[in-house]
Amino acid sequence: MISATQAAPGAALAAPVITDSPPAIDYWLLAPMLVVFAAGVLAVLAEAFVPRPRRRPVQLLLALGGVLAAFVLTLAQAFTLPEGEAGTTLALGAVAVDRPALFLQGTILVLAFISLLLIAERHGGEDAFAAQAAAVPGSEEEREHVLAGSEHTEVYPLVLFAVLGMLLFPAANDFLTLFVALEVMSLPLYLLCGIARRRRLFSQEAAVKYFLLGAFSSAFFLFGIALVYGYAGSVNFARVDEAVQAGGAEIFQGGNGEPLLLLGIGLVAVGLLFKVGAVPFHNWKPDVYQGAPTPITALMASCTLVAAFGALLRVFFTAFGGSVESWRPMLWVVAILTMVVAAIVAVTQRDIKRLLAYSSVVHAGFVLTAVVAADSAGLAGAMFYLAAYGFTTIGAFAVVTLVRTHENGAEAGDLEQWAGLGRTSPVLAGALSLFLLAFAGIPLTSGFIGKFAVFEAALAAGAAPLVVVGVLSSAVTAFFYVRIIVLMYFSEPAEKGGPRVVPAGLLTGSVISIGVAATFLLGVYPTPVLDHLIPAPGGGTDAEVAATADGFTR
Amino acid sequence: MTDIPWLTLAIALPALGALGVALTPVERAEQAKRAAFAVSVAVLALLGVMAARFDTSAAGLQFEEVHPWIPRFGVSYAVGVDGIALLLILMSAALVPLVILAAWRENDDAPDRGKGYFALILALEAMIVGVFAATDVFLFYVFFEAMLIPVYFMIGRYGRGEQRRRAAITFLLYSLAGGLLMLVAVIGVYVYGGTFLWSDLVSGGALAELDPTVLRWLFLGFFIAFAIKAPMWPLHSWLPTAAGSSRPGTAVLLVGVLDKVGTYGMLRYCLELFPSAAAWFVWPAVALSLVSIVYGAILAIGQSDMLRLIAFTSVSHFGFITLGIFAMTTQGHSGAALYMVNHGFATGALFLIVGFLIARRDSSLIADYQGVQKAAPVLAGTFLVAGLAGLSLPGLAPFVSEFLVFIGAYMFNPVPAVIAAVGVVLAALYILWMYQRTMTGPLPERLSGLADLDRRELGAIAPLVALIILFGVYPQPMLDAVEPSVQRTMEQLDATDPAPAVGGTGPTAGGQEGASE
Repeated sequence: MISATQAAPGAALAAPVITDSPPAIDYWLLAPMLVVFAAGVLAVLAEAFVPRPRRRPVQLLLALGGVLAAFVLTLAQAFTLPEGEAGTTLALGAVAVDRPALFLQGTILVLAFISLLLIAERHGGEDAFAAQAAAVPGSEEEREHVLAGSEHTEVYPLVLFAVLGMLLFPAANDFLTLFVALEVMSLPLYLLCGIARRRRLFSQEAAVKYFLLGAFSSAFFLFGIALVYGYAGSVNFARVDEAVQAGGAEIFQGGNGEPLLLLGIGLVAVGLLFKVGAVPFHNWKPDVYQGAPTPITALMASCTLVAAFGALLRVFFTAFGGSVESWRPMLWVVAILTMVVAAIVAVTQRDIKRLLAYSSVVHAGFVLTAVVAADSAGLAGAMFYLAAYGFTTIGAFAVVTLVRTHENGAEAGDLEQWAGLGRTSPVLAGALSLFLLAFAGIPLTSGFIGKFAVFEAALAAGAAPLVVVGVLSSAVTAFFYVRIIVLMYFSEPAEKGGPRVVPAGLLTGSVISIGVAATFLLGVYPTPVLDHLIPAPGGGTDAEVAATADGFTR
Repeated sequence: MTDIPWLTLAIALPALGALGVALTPVERAEQAKRAAFAVSVAVLALLGVMAARFDTSAAGLQFEEVHPWIPRFGVSYAVGVDGIALLLILMSAALVPLVILAAWRENDDAPDRGKGYFALILALEAMIVGVFAATDVFLFYVFFEAMLIPVYFMIGRYGRGEQRRRAAITFLLYSLAGGLLMLVAVIGVYVYGGTFLWSDLVSGGALAELDPTVLRWLFLGFFIAFAIKAPMWPLHSWLPTAAGSSRPGTAVLLVGVLDKVGTYGMLRYCLELFPSAAAWFVWPAVALSLVSIVYGAILAIGQSDMLRLIAFTSVSHFGFITLGIFAMTTQGHSGAALYMVNHGFATGALFLIVGFLIARRDSSLIADYQGVQKAAPVLAGTFLVAGLAGLSLPGLAPFVSEFLVFIGAYMFNPVPAVIAAVGVVLAALYILWMYQRTMTGPLPERLSGLADLDRRELGAIAPLVALIILFGVYPQPMLDAVEPSVQRTMEQLDATDPAPAVGGTGPTAGGQEGASE
């Protein structure tokens, strides 16, 4: 790496070498992504050729089977990854296979599998998606489709493509691959957000908002990539890192390229922080989470967040690892804003999905405190937090799908309608209470261990004020989580006899059970996950030292 | 020392009992309650056997168990007790069966016929044993925070009156806010001290060599959490609301046991982990204690609700305990340790008797009662004994502890001792005036049918009265148990005590020298 410092920028500029032999690609290491991709393509074909009545089982099989197979392959790779080595890059350095990537991909696959169960659930023969998304809401055509029992099995290939993007996002090792992954992940999600079965206009509005804001942020992101390329002469993270260490590509030998880099970091951060949902780029979250079909909200709240943070961690730790002093103050401000603003705004929310959306923003702020730590402990803490939070949040949204305003009604969004749930359905209310207590970070739940992990990393890195802000906003968030518990247990049901609860089918039931089990087990005995899955912290809190020992390959 | 994991059993038994009671179908609520009572008695018996094997001559922790739990963060499941912890655990284990007995009919009209309440009591008992027995700071924190959840439901779901939801939320948010600040300090202890094991932290030098400013911040993180828990003026305002909206049984556990975690924490964590910072904070802490003593007593006089009145007297009593702790003398510490136990018995008895009154007339207002002693002489008699214990009448248990606190405080500095004496005078006022208004005078028509204590109620209150008298006359066993721990704390404080650096700490050093001789 030291010798490369002189040679690399020049080499990178002269990169396009024309050869006869195609680049060698290790298809085994790419297999998880390829399997999901293949499943997605097959699912599109199935949509075209399989007769309508048999589509759903075929699609389900493809989706669940594909995700499961990819997970098994990821596990196999994790076990065959040589001990003591960070990992490797493949496809000309475009994709990294290392422990953080494998852990995050595994997490995404598990969470996607659970989300798929939720997506597949049907209550009274109806799933969560519009019978015919192309029909005008409220029109005669829509009514016909509803009566005919049409359904959109295209949902499954779309989810598979989104999952493919999510798998690639935290593993991407150059900025272009990162951008491609971002778009592959986002485009299906824009679409999925807009096809809710009920309150369709609302859902479509959410999709449009998400799409427009997402396109804006992608543009910022792309512009940032261009600036970074201009500064470093390469889009590859390792090359960018070398350039950052050396003070810029050859043409910037005087160090006068600094503004270019800072602007680039800033704009790339806008794109990533948008996906994460950090303040001030969080405004899409409540609208989209509320409008989207709840199973899709669960997918976004868990998998997308994991993927986005995975990419954020890799970009800031590897590509921009050398300029940690210049981006750390920015992330300080963003983290504090995220925790404080979202916690305060969440207090005023009256809709359960909006509330969970703001809660997701606050949690993004907590994870950011670990990113600020910029060392291996921070990486490990963030990864544990994301996994723990993912299980809990899917469980919480699964509960939301079951509580309805009235018999065969829409989901009961307004919190007032949840009054007395603890009396009518004690088990469901108990499960949600556990999830909320985990969000609040009460000990013996996974949320507490996660919070401990990120705050410990931040404090060890000297970010004590950040941690104090973190715990204070935790206290504020506890207020609104507890308010829901109060409503469920201590309040009398409303006039109409309280909320109607759809009996949980096998699928939703198992989603909630998995959520409860994971929330409890990761809270009581997190050691297996912490010790075996997450790379052990390297010595020292010094960012320079630790940046090479955090488990990321370069 | 022994192969039997006594403390783990004492944590697991009530936890399993809670699970069993919670899972029992509603139709068999009565059996579930009996089972809950049996479990609580079994825990007491178990701990009694353990206490009999306790070696009162050893200063260190006994019945220690250490197992790695989360090695990544250096967290262990580590439990063990010294004399003070043992006494507090025994006191809690003794109170729980009595509370269960007294609360037998309290929630009969609830949808689950009160069995959920009993499950929560047992769950709380498991966490109480855990919090006092934990010798790993992380484990302590886990129990400290997890304890809030059962209490929250005990107040919010099974409490009394319209205010109970608000009271439960106030309680939870106050405690959570303090707990989260403590979390920062707990993480800080690990980051700077390198371990969570209490015994390593105390004996090792990692914390002692830290920058004093960092130590003071860490101390404050713990202290604020404990001051909320204890509660200390000005962080006390949740307690009267919470106690006033509780069932008396909840109030016994809340004020009699849970709040002791605060004072115990000050003694165990604030003082022993950060001796130098504690020395620096002596005067602010003493001043807050004095304000608590006087303020709590004055407000107690003005209360019209008996539950709130007793809660305010506790604010005053906790002032005495913290005064004893921060006087940093042997007598002060012994007194504070004894005070924690005795206060549990005396206040527990008062709350239970008010609970009996509530069971009869569904009111805790002083104005609703008059001349009760004519209709229910036994009830009035026990109330008098409990009340006199509350004002520390010689011959009853709290007197010994209060006296020791006074000696300790006086050796530290006469001025705080004199101010604290005001609290004793006011205590006589609030207790006797409450007794006079409720128990004496003519019996009005509406109270004529008031029944005296039945056998169940007698069974709940008689052991407490007996204990109050026993330890009033013969406190030596408790003093013996506490003695080695207090000595150890004093050594810890002296060993790392810096030379007086701030003008105001001159008398502190003097007091400590006097004590260590």
